[in-house]
Amino acid sequence: MKLNGARIVWESLVREGVEVVFGISGGTVIHLYHALPEYPIHHVLMRHEQAAAHAADGYARATGTVGVCMATSGPGATNLVTGIATAYMDSSPMVAITGQVATPFIGKDAFQEVDITGITLPITKHNYLVTDINELAMTIKEAFYIARTGRPGPVLIDIAKDVQAAEVEYEEPSDVSLPGYQTVLVGNPRQIKQAAHLVNRAENPLILAGHGVILAGAEAELRQLAEKAQIPVVTTLLGISTLPETHPLCLGMGGMHGEAYANKALQQADLIIALGSRFDDRLTGPVNTFLPRAKIIHVDIDPAEIGKNMRCDLPIVGDVGNVLQALLPMVEATSHPDWLEQINEWRRESASRDILSQETDELIPQYVVRQIWHATDGQAIMVSDVGQNQMWEAQYFLHNRPRGLLSSGGLGTMGFALPAAIGAQMGHPNQMVWATVGDGGLQMTIQELATVIQEKLPLKIAVLNNGYLGMVRQWQQIFFEGRYSGTPLLGPDFAKVAEAYGISGLKVTEKAQVVPAIEQAIEIDGPALIDFRIVQEENVYPMVAPGTAIHEMIRRPQPT
Amino acid sequence: MTKHTLIALMEDKPGVLNRVASLFRRRSFNIASLTVGHSETPGISRMTVVVDADGAGIEQVEKQLYKLVNITKVSDVSHEPTVVRELALIKVHATAPTRAEIMQLVDIFRAKVVDVAAESLTIEITGPEDKVDSLVQLLRPFGIKELVRTGRVAMVRGSNGQATQLAN
Repeated sequence: MKLNGARIVWESLVREGVEVVFGISGGTVIHLYHALPEYPIHHVLMRHEQAAAHAADGYARATGTVGVCMATSGPGATNLVTGIATAYMDSSPMVAITGQVATPFIGKDAFQEVDITGITLPITKHNYLVTDINELAMTIKEAFYIARTGRPGPVLIDIAKDVQAAEVEYEEPSDVSLPGYQTVLVGNPRQIKQAAHLVNRAENPLILAGHGVILAGAEAELRQLAEKAQIPVVTTLLGISTLPETHPLCLGMGGMHGEAYANKALQQADLIIALGSRFDDRLTGPVNTFLPRAKIIHVDIDPAEIGKNMRCDLPIVGDVGNVLQALLPMVEATSHPDWLEQINEWRRESASRDILSQETDELIPQYVVRQIWHATDGQAIMVSDVGQNQMWEAQYFLHNRPRGLLSSGGLGTMGFALPAAIGAQMGHPNQMVWATVGDGGLQMTIQELATVIQEKLPLKIAVLNNGYLGMVRQWQQIFFEGRYSGTPLLGPDFAKVAEAYGISGLKVTEKAQVVPAIEQAIEIDGPALIDFRIVQEENVYPMVAPGTAIHEMIRRPQPT
Repeated sequence: MTKHTLIALMEDKPGVLNRVASLFRRRSFNIASLTVGHSETPGISRMTVVVDADGAGIEQVEKQLYKLVNITKVSDVSHEPTVVRELALIKVHATAPTRAEIMQLVDIFRAKVVDVAAESLTIEITGPEDKVDSLVQLLRPFGIKELVRTGRVAMVRGSNGQATQLAN
């Protein structure tokens, strides 16, 4: 079968099981777009390439399959960069396809030429520039293989325009052979045995569950381990939903804005079983103050993560699911009543300080998030943006659904929520997807409201609107003399903006309107946006000041 | 911080050296020297890189190098018996009164004079870096006009080949 390069791309994508591509057309991908209608792939036309990358990322995180985005050369390709970096930091499987100027023009500073493989070198797992049509099919096959195996990540394929136009006899490529790419999936049995020994001997054991648990699909094994040996579980931000947050052993998120009892447990534990976590600085604080009492078992599929940020007493390189399956039979069923009671005591103390246990008529964001949780029975796919809204979402929505929270953890990319939620909704058309986003982040990718309506997505958008770049304002208030420099933010009437796009827009200014508005948004057959005008200077508590240990938290002031 | 010698084998594809250089820059690894050339296997290049790092640092360098898809093998040979060589070309100012003295130094170091001109000698020396360093020190008072050093190349002693494991 003779095919041109453009058709080889689509043929290859179909064979990889791709159903949706997020992208924007342009001069050097015009051959690709010309051939697209011949293939059973749905193209979502985004309004900015950054959003295309976030949407592909959101699709990948929500479904566990490779997300695909597409852009033209030059500015199209550079616009993808933030989204690719976001996916790279959070190990999200993605393939980005860009057009490149025709081979005779490469290196000549041609119109819309940019060295996108050079630019994305440090933010991709691997990348390719294809200048020979004979290598195209194999390159795509390799790209998908690399993106989804081992520690997942984004792979970029830059395809010269003349390669898309050239024709060649198409044959399905043989199996991928990459001598320099090997993934260790099965943990070393001796080390796993040692791990069991440590677990069985520990008095104050604690599991630290990271994103790797989700990427490995090891939620069931995690739960079995926790329940069998009665080991409490603290999650990282991206580890949220690995264990249902209403599970008695789940302590929620640790770290800079972690639960006080979770942080205390981390600091008091004598054994940490870290599963697929890279010990990000927002979790650890200064590493020499983190986990002062604990021996550390670190399970990770990426050997380079072991010892990178945090000391390690027992490394196990492998897929978390495989390692836990091997470990489980060796772990003795036990309980740690004193340890669990100590943690519960800390928990009760935290609960008494919780703002939701205090009476207030103010429209506080924590209440909004908790009411969305109630209204959706905790089963919605929540996509958060970055900043205060992200932390409130993480703290007050108790995620019980696996892959229930999508958030830009590593890169902390504002503007992520709306396009990533579009991706998640494309992956799960019949499930409820909510984007929770601040007024600052929403204005970074607000143009994607058009995509929502063009695709007729039933997405629900909750804007936690406080008129500030709130997290920075909070830091300015606490650490920078209260000088609000560059943080007050004028926004539009978001409900009206939504209406202008054809999306139902609701505005909530009082606490009593919160529940009815959420219920109304859910009942609307189609997308809806609620503009919650929350208290302007509400802070995220607890918080750990930069440079201090995570148990030295700044707590919410006790009510007088 | 001590100097470590790593040997890496990599696929001979466009941009591979760029990937290695980019990795070292991004992770703030200090390169003392880096050389690349063909290996005994067609399509596989061999890199010798000398890195300034402590124990945990060098482990990271190795592991991060392994993550590059085009790198097929990395070994830290710092603690193995190795043959280590560097080649230098030194163009030194030489006039009739100083030429004989310089030639003597060349003999002592078993270096070679590879070019003679009216006011200079060009010397080729091969050996471990400290030997090259010594000759350079001794020649400096005469006036070094130009100097080029290749950086370290290294090979483990004994009959096993570096790529043996790869071929298996």
